[in-house]
Amino acid sequence: MSPRTAPSKNRAVQARRSVLLADGTIAHGARPRMEEEFLLEALRWMMKSRLYDQKVIALQRQGLFGVYSPGIGQEACIIGSAMAVDPVRDWMVPQYRELMATVHHGLPLEVITAQYLGKIGPARIPEGVKVLPTQVSIAAQLPQATGLAWGLRLRRQDSVVITYVGDGGSSEGDFHEGLNLAGVTRAPIVFFLSNNQWAISTSRKVQTATRNFALRAAGYGFEGVEVDGNDVMAVYDVTCEAVERARSGGGPSLIAAETYRMSFHNTTDNPSRYQDQKDYDEARSRDPIERVQKYLAGLGLWDAKREAQWTEEIREENERAMKMATEAPAPRPEDVFANVYEEPPPRVIRQRADLVDGQGG
Amino acid sequence: MGEMRMIEAVRAAITEEMERDERVLVMGEDVGRKGGVFGATDGLYARFGESRVLDTPLAESGIVGIAIGAALNGLIPIAEIQFADFIHPAFDQIVSEAARTRYRTNGDYSVPIVIRAPFGGGVHGGLYHSQSIEAFYAHVPGLKVVVPSTPSDAHGLLKAAIRDPDPVLFLEHKKVYRLVTEEVPDGDHLLAIGPAAVRREGTKLSCFAWGLMTHYCLQAAQELESEGVSVEVVDLRTLAPLDRDTILESVRRTGKAMVVHEDNLTGGFGAEVAATIAHHAFDSLDGPVVRVAAPDVPGMPFNTPQEDFFMPSPDKIAEAMRQLAAY
Ligand SMILES: Cc1ncc(C[n+]2csc(CCOP(=O)(O)OP(=O)(O)O)c2C)c(N)n1
Ligand SMILES: [Mg+2]
Repeated sequence: MSPRTAPSKNRAVQARRSVLLADGTIAHGARPRMEEEFLLEALRWMMKSRLYDQKVIALQRQGLFGVYSPGIGQEACIIGSAMAVDPVRDWMVPQYRELMATVHHGLPLEVITAQYLGKIGPARIPEGVKVLPTQVSIAAQLPQATGLAWGLRLRRQDSVVITYVGDGGSSEGDFHEGLNLAGVTRAPIVFFLSNNQWAISTSRKVQTATRNFALRAAGYGFEGVEVDGNDVMAVYDVTCEAVERARSGGGPSLIAAETYRMSFHNTTDNPSRYQDQKDYDEARSRDPIERVQKYLAGLGLWDAKREAQWTEEIREENERAMKMATEAPAPRPEDVFANVYEEPPPRVIRQRADLVDGQGG
Repeated sequence: MGEMRMIEAVRAAITEEMERDERVLVMGEDVGRKGGVFGATDGLYARFGESRVLDTPLAESGIVGIAIGAALNGLIPIAEIQFADFIHPAFDQIVSEAARTRYRTNGDYSVPIVIRAPFGGGVHGGLYHSQSIEAFYAHVPGLKVVVPSTPSDAHGLLKAAIRDPDPVLFLEHKKVYRLVTEEVPDGDHLLAIGPAAVRREGTKLSCFAWGLMTHYCLQAAQELESEGVSVEVVDLRTLAPLDRDTILESVRRTGKAMVVHEDNLTGGFGAEVAATIAHHAFDSLDGPVVRVAAPDVPGMPFNTPQEDFFMPSPDKIAEAMRQLAAY
């Protein structure tokens, strides 16, 4: 029997993986892949993600930015996973909270910022960047990601797909269909599920009766891994393993990263209506960035001076991107007719002409 | 009951019906502790508890399917779809199941559910938080499609929808939620599903709309009045069933007809209204039946210049009225 048709064994779910503990020490017996230089790079990206979010929230409060869903608290998921894939050959299929993962994967920050500002032209994904657009329709990206991965295999390309979904998204029918088809086709794909405990105000407990999202992989005949999603070293490790598995023909994986949404769902949401302050405080004590800083400080690689310097540098980088996006020209009204089809049909041409003649809709 | 905005009128209607009949329950994403993303179910969780106000998993097809199943054995679920843009995963359950169950079982079973969905644009929602979806569903026999444009109508029509023996899709325009305030009648205020409302009488042309566009048409009509053109504005309120008599009676008086909607032009519900007029009031027409609608592009753009271009506005409607009046 070929490996495609062989009935897959339902492998037991691995125990929750953990490398760097919340207090900044290495878990007993853990052997991390990330070396110090690389960890510093991860830290820099995580700080960039958080500083960008904080800046956007401040701008949104002044009416200068649209509705925004920050990744605060989830930076280890966002960066640890992105660092495990190869931007040159692998594809990234995001939902919406992984903004900085897509930037790590090659999407310039000013491009995605322009998208949030509705600047059509400057928001175009540059040639060669293997990132699909931000997904708003929850879980709709999953079957597409599977199809992308399946196609890569059919075309014998040495690439894998990483796609993201939330605890909420795991309840959609598309989650089931996407994962099931991935199992059946043994597509080279990594499903990265960020369980940040909330889907807007809905608790993770409402989404599934299983105790662990990784368990769901068993039903699809592939590997499920649970990981401390606030531990960038562990996230990186398990994602690397899943990518290697996919690349070497071992099929899909589901990574369930346990994390916490340390801010609101988006800038219109007020979590105090439904969130227990205790849970939030507890999550804060497991901050994904602080633990890396503590660990590196213990190695003599981090101190207040370096933090201040990096913060300053990153703010400048972020602001440069924001400035580029802000100053980019606003689209012209008639550009709404661009890209409806490759070849505009008569009705689009006619409606566009009506506008140019000043008659409007 | 005092002055209310539409969002409060919706909440009042649900509350009253839940009090009146304990089979009525509310379900959907974030309808419980948060009270819905627009606050339509605010306070209901505290009042009626989690067995009657159910925060569901994030699964629209499941929400409607579960509502259907619960209804088949006598419950009366009000299912909320958080944004009309996200109703599409539930299309099969609504179109092939809820709408067809009575027919398919020769009347043995019926599905008396209400599906509420905030819809519409002009709120900087972009492609995924602005859609108008009424045309898909108004096409389907077995479903009723209601689109109130005022607080009082929302109240009376939603109560009627909850008591209706058939599935009702109840579309609430997001921009209308907090746009106007009006007195909502006390007592068992029920409005029949079906009849349109003449919002403003006029003699020169008839303008048909629903949801936010009713308000924009009224503004445009006001402007035309100052120019000496008398415009009648009819709020259809219900697209299925459609109040053909009121439409035709109005056009027979004015001789000119215009339909305004925010959905794309082609295949929008305006086409049905226009065809009805063209067929049944042909002899009364003194001009073409005009549609003012969004252009045929896939979505409401997020940025202001393009969103403004996409949306019909009071100015654009007024201009179309002028041209039609002068025809
Ligand atoms: C199909 C669909 N249904 C509903 C929504 C509205 N909505 C936006 S985000 C969200 C919660 C998503 O939760 P989760 O998947 O856990 O992702 P998170 O926001 O926590 O990152 C909901 C219900 C949507 N965008 N798409
Ligand atoms: Mg979540």
